[in-house]
Amino acid sequence: MQKSEVVVVGAGPAGLTAAHELLKAGAEVTLIDRNASLGGQLIKQTHKFFGSEKQYAAHRGIDILERLTENLIPYERFHLLSETTVVGFYHDKVLTCLKDDRYFKLQADSVIFATGASEHSIPFENNDLPGVYAAGAVQTLMNEYGIKPGQRVLMVGSGNIGLIVSYQLMQAGVDVAAVLEASERIGGYLVHASKLRRLGVEIRTNMSIKSAIGEAHVEAAEAWRLDEDWQGIEGSEERYDVDTICIAVGLSPLTELLEQAGAEVEYISELGGNVPVLKDYETTIEGVYACGDLANIEEASSAMVEGRIAGIRAAQALDYTVENAEMRLKALDDELVDLRSGPPGDNVRRGLKKMEGLT
Amino acid sequence: MRIKNHPILSFDGRETIPFYFNDKLYYGVEGDTIASALVANNVKALTSSLHLERPRGFYCAIGNCASCNMVVDGEPNVRTCITPLKKDMRVYRQKGRGRLHAKE
Repeated sequence: MQKSEVVVVGAGPAGLTAAHELLKAGAEVTLIDRNASLGGQLIKQTHKFFGSEKQYAAHRGIDILERLTENLIPYERFHLLSETTVVGFYHDKVLTCLKDDRYFKLQADSVIFATGASEHSIPFENNDLPGVYAAGAVQTLMNEYGIKPGQRVLMVGSGNIGLIVSYQLMQAGVDVAAVLEASERIGGYLVHASKLRRLGVEIRTNMSIKSAIGEAHVEAAEAWRLDEDWQGIEGSEERYDVDTICIAVGLSPLTELLEQAGAEVEYISELGGNVPVLKDYETTIEGVYACGDLANIEEASSAMVEGRIAGIRAAQALDYTVENAEMRLKALDDELVDLRSGPPGDNVRRGLKKMEGLT
Repeated sequence: MRIKNHPILSFDGRETIPFYFNDKLYYGVEGDTIASALVANNVKALTSSLHLERPRGFYCAIGNCASCNMVVDGEPNVRTCITPLKKDMRVYRQKGRGRLHAKE
């Protein structure tokens, strides 16, 4: 069986920074990702980040990705397995992997999971028709592959993903008919919402999608108003002539691998649903860590900080000396507090309180 | 539908890659996955649902949802949204679960 002291699963913002911290401390790291290119969802983030300089604020995700990747290259003890899917994980820290149709096992002393999250769908008539896309997938199509999903889009959901992808659709030359928001309030940052409004895109609150219309693919969409109990109001239907419907209604952490090995998972809605039970980023299995969207659904900025903390903790547990560890951990914690301050951080702060109660 | 003008990104100068979808010649470009090349060619239905055989198209783009599983070079259930496009690949819309060593 192949061995690697540390295996990091997922080369997104959290996985890349965790790998970097471990390599800096002197550990051997194998970084695994199912995609051909590294960076996870950073690869499509053409907007500039918020936060402080430490989290690369004012830089675009696509540029941050380059820096994070370059960090790893010089280390001799760095191994990369791209286009490799981890298909199994066992409590004795054995991973089973699939690459080029070949199946192999990998034994690790310590494993960091940074598998991210997948996009939700919502139930409505014909929600399986081609032309109904997850919003993040549309962002990938446009910004990674340079492809438009269609001519005219109805966006469902006004969180940051819904708002940002709507704006980027307009940048790519695709018309956005409207953004629907089921609650009475826009979900994402107002700075993103106002950019859209300046382009004349309406954000309609208390509205949701009722059905997709079409036989072989989307030809139109029907929206309707919601009452206080979030039930559709008969007679309030409005038709949108669109060929594309984007669903941006949140994300679920990808906990499957951790669950296979028996790591405890709890439902905490504020963190995104089923999340691994963590104490200082360590799961209930010793030497197995989780960070980034897998730990709690947030922005890439916090995922990068979490990855660093998890990496430092894992390095220390393997008896590596991390320079100025206490100072650095304190500084990173402070960065997270900063990123989670104010009303947009309410949810995460509440969720993390619940998590503290569990451990 | 490829993006022609973009304020931030440029997609120029990528080499063309020929491939076959349902025995018809199509073109993608360097950097495409199989699914992205099909979407660029306005192909919407990639696979079909198991029981009602309803058309299914590109959905998640991260190899998670099974909505783009297709038959590629004889192999069924290939996650085409994360599989890089290669020259002369033979890609077929998948019906049902797919069979190993399927001709289509």
